[in-house]
Amino acid sequence: MTPEQWSIAETVRAVTSGEQSAVRLVEIMLARVANYDRELGAYLALDGDGAREAARELDRKRAAGEPLGPLAGVTLALKDMIVTKGVATTAGSKILEHYVPPYDATVVDKLRAAGAIILGKVNCDEFGMGSSTERSAFKKTRNPWDPSRVPGGSSGGSAAAVSAALCTASLGTDTGGSIRQPAAFCGVVGIKPTYGRVSRWGIIAYASSLDQVGPITRSVVDAAHVLQAIAGFDPRDSTSLDAPVPDYAAAIPQGVAGLRIGLPSEFFDANLDGEVRAAVARATEALRDAGATIVDVSLPHTHLALPAYYLVAPCEASSNLSRYDGVRYGARAGSTDLLDLYQRSRGQGFGPEVKRRIMLGTYALRSGYYDAYYKKAQQVRTLIKRDFDAAFATCDAILTPTTPTPAYRFGAKATPLDMYLGDIYTLSCNLAGLPGISVPCGLSSEGLPIGAQLLGKPLDEVTLFRAAATIEATVGLGEARPAGIGGLW
Amino acid sequence: MPPLSTQDVAEIALLARLHLEPEEAEQMRLELGAILEHFTQLTAVDTDGVAPMTHAMSTELRLRLDVVEPSLTVAEALAAAPKRDGDLIVVPAILPGNEP
Repeated sequence: MTPEQWSIAETVRAVTSGEQSAVRLVEIMLARVANYDRELGAYLALDGDGAREAARELDRKRAAGEPLGPLAGVTLALKDMIVTKGVATTAGSKILEHYVPPYDATVVDKLRAAGAIILGKVNCDEFGMGSSTERSAFKKTRNPWDPSRVPGGSSGGSAAAVSAALCTASLGTDTGGSIRQPAAFCGVVGIKPTYGRVSRWGIIAYASSLDQVGPITRSVVDAAHVLQAIAGFDPRDSTSLDAPVPDYAAAIPQGVAGLRIGLPSEFFDANLDGEVRAAVARATEALRDAGATIVDVSLPHTHLALPAYYLVAPCEASSNLSRYDGVRYGARAGSTDLLDLYQRSRGQGFGPEVKRRIMLGTYALRSGYYDAYYKKAQQVRTLIKRDFDAAFATCDAILTPTTPTPAYRFGAKATPLDMYLGDIYTLSCNLAGLPGISVPCGLSSEGLPIGAQLLGKPLDEVTLFRAAATIEATVGLGEARPAGIGGLW
Repeated sequence: MPPLSTQDVAEIALLARLHLEPEEAEQMRLELGAILEHFTQLTAVDTDGVAPMTHAMSTELRLRLDVVEPSLTVAEALAAAPKRDGDLIVVPAILPGNEP
């Protein structure tokens, strides 16, 4: 296998042993981006200088016999919702088109400290609001398996870049499925950790009670390695959990013998595509064959996750995005007075989906409407959480499809509501604050990847990795690679 | 619930400090109406006595000592401001006709 296809363990071993210089590895990756990203459209910004400098430092340390870190030489692309010191960070929005942050997010600090190399920033739906990356203000990102189809979203650039090996791993953010859904569409692994497991300091806020950062990788064990590096308590995030971080990768060989896997009937409804249903059924059998017990569980409020999410998230977004007013940073429009400056800067800077969600949130938070909408949605959120608490009394993890269908074509979702309905299987995980992973479980007859989703108890990412690795090893994609972009392999 | 009126949209846009072109506002009126219609299923849910879930994980509010810690310099913090006068950020007059 060539270096761009190496796993994290292979990369770290080669760079740490000196078999592969980090500088040479970075040049290989930058050349791939130069060759293929014109067609793929994953990257918004490349930090060639920064990556080369980090690589030189790694090679110098190795020559000096200094320790290199657990992600030595691993090249990463970061979703453009994650702030990077000195490297433009846009959140996929015109309003931040020229914004260069003066600091690094905690997760970026942690990755650098682990020896990882940041190659650049990748595309996403504007402020994470979307499910296809079509809502980016800047460019179209294609699905490497079929360039006429979307990569999913909002972390579409991350999933496309990992799938096409234009980086070894990526970080995405997930507010309602934005890591797991693009991972499913692009045939890669994506995990949304438990709310509070990974610091949100330096993550551009969309809906603060739902947002979480997580890895997108080509294998389950790679996701475990990246999560290991970024998880843990951060005093700068008031919602960060002060809990020990287990050794994720070391737990994977335990397998699933003795685990109880719950199947919620509500996730296998009429919206589910037949091929996705069949693939998830094969994943279920694989878990059973490996020693897991399959049990039926019920999550009766599942159908309310969509309306609850599309109230809670826009309400929080309307508040969070009030900071973009053309005054302290971001784009400023020409204006006659201060109110006009706010209105025109925001009117010109935000795209249609962001405006829609700001309007929706503002509507629902209005005096006199709060109880009927925001409070009601939060009460329904409690009911959804209780469903999970009850289900986890009889199972250790829950298996569902990640998405109702495989990746669709550009422009296929005609109305905003059509787009929202594609998120039905991923939303409840965020509302309940649980960890969730998407792992490939086969290809459709059209050759498109299908994802299985596993949901776990709070802070029990370990069980998700164990079960996902079993699915990966049995009904995963094996040697299949995306062939939608010419010359990738 | 009654459909949104043009006036409703204008009021929400003002609260949101969002300038919408007339055709944008009309599109917004129709789309928000369809989305809010979908939300009416929430009103049928019995939530009497159910506590609202305000946080994904219950954590205690943490306090830290009130001491100065390393942070951004003034120059770093102001570097992205669209218009400056020294260490000040310049904005247009709050009341029209009172330009300096």
